[in-house]
Amino acid sequence: MAENKTPLIKEISKGIIKENPTLVMLLGMCPTLAVTTQASNGIGMGLATTFVLLGSNIVISALRKIIPDKVRIPAFIVIIASFVTLVGFLLEGFVPPLYESLGIYLTLITVNCIIFGRAEMFASKNNVIASACDAIGMGLGFTLALFIMGSVREIIGSGQWLAGLGQLVGIDDWKPISIPFVSDNPMLLFIMPAGGFFTLGMIIAMVNKLANRKPPQEIECGGCDNCPMSGKCDKKEEKAS
Amino acid sequence: MKTLGVILLSAMLTDNFVLSKFMGICPFLGVSKKLDSASGMGIAVTFVMICATAVTYPIHYGILVPNGLEYLDTVVFILVIALFVQLVEIALKKMLPPLYKSLGVYLPLITTNCAVLGVTVLNIDNGYSFLDSLVNALGGGLGFMLALVIFSGVRKKLEYADIPETFKGVPATLIAASIVSVSFMGFSGLFS
Repeated sequence: MAENKTPLIKEISKGIIKENPTLVMLLGMCPTLAVTTQASNGIGMGLATTFVLLGSNIVISALRKIIPDKVRIPAFIVIIASFVTLVGFLLEGFVPPLYESLGIYLTLITVNCIIFGRAEMFASKNNVIASACDAIGMGLGFTLALFIMGSVREIIGSGQWLAGLGQLVGIDDWKPISIPFVSDNPMLLFIMPAGGFFTLGMIIAMVNKLANRKPPQEIECGGCDNCPMSGKCDKKEEKAS
Repeated sequence: MKTLGVILLSAMLTDNFVLSKFMGICPFLGVSKKLDSASGMGIAVTFVMICATAVTYPIHYGILVPNGLEYLDTVVFILVIALFVQLVEIALKKMLPPLYKSLGVYLPLITTNCAVLGVTVLNIDNGYSFLDSLVNALGGGLGFMLALVIFSGVRKKLEYADIPETFKGVPATLIAASIVSVSFMGFSGLFS
């Protein structure tokens, strides 16, 4: 298998913009929608996911020649779940408010398609350093997307910005930035589930417009062989029928 | 104490897994294009949810808690689910080929469906009894199916709509999902 020769900085930067996991590749939608009622939750979730991704990518990449191909999926899942448990403990110990507000979605990092997707598509084929860079890039891209989502929803939905960031970085007398006008009449809908779908739809549309490219009619496809989602792929059905 | 009916209906409607808890968004967006694949996925998820709950609940209270190993919940549950999905796939292939044929494509995906792991973890977090947990899983699965089936109807209409170029595809789907989610908000407060 050919080792990837792309410069490391590219491995990092591609995840942030060009192949942004959430806004371009449309992976990991569940946490993107669920925890982004506040910008600070978005940052917290993004960093927790980045940590898990970094850990799992490094371990999987280091073990890629030892893990037999047939049991790779259970092996990946165990590695990922272990890191998620670890992150759960760390957050519970050091940032309990964030642990409370992420709740069950922290556990659900285990089944985040981004982590599994990167393990399958990248870490199992590349060396440790490239995988680590890939993880950092993808993680930061995810964090950025979550931060943007969270900011939009928080500003419109509750009329303030960055509430709860103080707890995240350990400043006790942190005051959220109040947004004039909106803070008198916040649109509550935006912090409700419906607002989440709406905001994400709008942001993806905006990314499409800015990138000036054909909108993704289908989820990007690199052939069914390595695709973790090949099972549900409509194209496959269409080809078969 | 909550009655079973309230748990069932609130898991189905007020706390709908897809539209208010955001679990299982990937299949919700991916498989909701056609009505028959949406209902197939819904049935498969409901089935796996109930079975996974029936297996993980005894494991949690019978093995992990007595040994003080609750922190292994995530690792054990996801492994059980992955294993279970495989078993169901093999069993269906051998014993009920017609059912396998209609559900087969969706089974491997369910492993990474957050709704399944979510329901097993929620049952433990909420301190439900065994029967409550099973009913919660049933309600969650039916709610998932309901959302998928309703949404597949919406998407069918959406295909013929004249949408601006930038919004075609995923953005339009998400905005439609938002409107469906608003309609589900009508159920909130029904059982509180």
